[in-house]
Amino acid sequence: MIISRLVAGRSPIARIGLLVVGLVVAFGLPWFLYPPVALDVAAWALFAVALDLLLGYTGLLSFGHAAFWGTSAYATGVVAIETGLPFYVAVLAGALVAALVALPVAMLSVRRTGIYFAMVTLAFAQLIYFVANQWRSMTGGENGLQGIPRDAFGMDLADSFYFYYAAIPLILLGLFCAWRVVHSPFGRVMVAIRENPARARALGYPVDRYKVQVFVISAFLAGIAGGVYAVGHGFASLQEVYWTTSGKVVVMNILGGMGTLWGPVLGAGIIVVLEDYLATAGIDAIGVVTGAIFVVTVLVFRRGIWGTARRLLRGRDRTAGTAAPTVEEEREGARTTVHGGG
Amino acid sequence: MELVQQLFNGLVSGSFYALLALGLSVIFGMLGVVNFAHGAFYMLGAVGAFVLLDTLGMSWWLALIVVPVVLGVFGMALERLFVARLVRLDPLYNFLLTFGIALILQDVVRLRYGVASQPYPRPALLDGSMSLGLFDYPKYQVFVFVFSIVLSVLVWLVLTRTRVGMIVRAATERPELTRSLGIDVRRWVTPVFGFGIALAGLAGVLAAPMRAVNSGMGGDLVIVIFAVVVIGGLGSVFGSVAAGYLVGMLSAVGTLYVPAFSQSLVFVLMALVLLLRPAGLFGREEGVRT
Repeated sequence: MIISRLVAGRSPIARIGLLVVGLVVAFGLPWFLYPPVALDVAAWALFAVALDLLLGYTGLLSFGHAAFWGTSAYATGVVAIETGLPFYVAVLAGALVAALVALPVAMLSVRRTGIYFAMVTLAFAQLIYFVANQWRSMTGGENGLQGIPRDAFGMDLADSFYFYYAAIPLILLGLFCAWRVVHSPFGRVMVAIRENPARARALGYPVDRYKVQVFVISAFLAGIAGGVYAVGHGFASLQEVYWTTSGKVVVMNILGGMGTLWGPVLGAGIIVVLEDYLATAGIDAIGVVTGAIFVVTVLVFRRGIWGTARRLLRGRDRTAGTAAPTVEEEREGARTTVHGGG
Repeated sequence: MELVQQLFNGLVSGSFYALLALGLSVIFGMLGVVNFAHGAFYMLGAVGAFVLLDTLGMSWWLALIVVPVVLGVFGMALERLFVARLVRLDPLYNFLLTFGIALILQDVVRLRYGVASQPYPRPALLDGSMSLGLFDYPKYQVFVFVFSIVLSVLVWLVLTRTRVGMIVRAATERPELTRSLGIDVRRWVTPVFGFGIALAGLAGVLAAPMRAVNSGMGGDLVIVIFAVVVIGGLGSVFGSVAAGYLVGMLSAVGTLYVPAFSQSLVFVLMALVLLLRPAGLFGREEGVRT
């Protein structure tokens, strides 16, 4: 009953309860999980939420978000190695670089919509992958960028357990930013663009400019996540900018439930822990597992875990008026006729 | 001289781009599905040819027929089992579905055959080189180019000169109208999907004797193909093929002048096309489709 109220998240008390649960989990995670894994969960959670701003709230599937996570991983590393500044500064600088890279990519990508947007962002991310591969003096090429220091104000962060607590404020700050964006007038416009771009434009909103702004904010938050990840691991590799990384963050969104903020966090937790479990168990088939999650989720479970749970729980008490339709319902309804040929 | 030779190299690698982009475009036109697994089927084509040679000693010529047919049937089964369920929803779902399928296919092949490349000999008839007037060129590469051109022209003729082609084009461009004229569009969806997959498999068999045959060979390639069809105009059959050869030549010439960035040129070209002509060089505005 309590859990159902929390997930349905309608009353203010439930919202606060959910927040408390979230904070307890965020601060308790290294006690349950191996601390480096806990840090991965936190970083991927922010990355997934960053993508959710675009995918779930603005209706734009970026299939190239590894570009910004990876760009920041490299930039954070370079700043930390070259300047020796506290890692907080390095991560923010890295995220800023990611946002700067995102600006031209966004301006070009928003010229196409729907499925084209996904293909174009994927292609631009591949361009950045090739650049990272060739720019050996900066990125270390195939060897990666190694020896990123974990310095901050003389604290001893060598132990991943302590580094987790040093880094979690950055992650929570990023998550808070995402939450603020969604629950602001700006966020309402994002949803309006998702639901009906033509109407949003007719109401006088410069749709493309909004899309670019969301894209850059999303890239910045993905950059914070990527920077923390790079500092946590002490290196940045080509894997960070590769398309499989873009796919991984998409599956986190789909599995958890896009357009819900909590869902992608949950999705990130599940995928990271699952990968860790498979690696520890010596099962070398992560592609099959991730692929199967994609296939099953897309076929039978399109709202994701959070979306499905919320729908079931809200459906139970319909007394308090009609619940707002979820992303899924709106999209299915609006586009059923698009490809009627099939 | 060197430039001419590079241009010819470009036409050969462009042949693969063209065949893959052609299949991707036909599938998109008919179903509105962007098939992420296209690269995986190209890989299966090459690996399939290798497996048939390795286990049954099947010749390359026979594999050139058998592999595409088998993959085409496999593709039709996939369409019936999975793709068809999502075809009425936002096309992004099928994009994600085929992404998942691509991951699975690629990983299964990796688990079975490892990441190392498998050797595949050139067919004896096409071994050695021939004179092209200015320079000698490997026979096999010449064959690949001629074969892909002939195949593209054939597909073009089928689409423009036959009744089946008329239906497919009509269904691609105006699905509602075509149906209201009493034509059963749905009958052609599955065969067209299978045909697109078969083309990808065929490209894979063609690639086996001249490219490294391994589980990862299609993963990066499919992203280049996406850029190719964005450049050519997705859904435009002619545009996809033309852009395929264009991108092939661009990358090949790039290796002469900017070797470090030859792989990136296709994406730069895509950026330029988006800037100047967002619908693609030969595409129509996307609003028209829906």
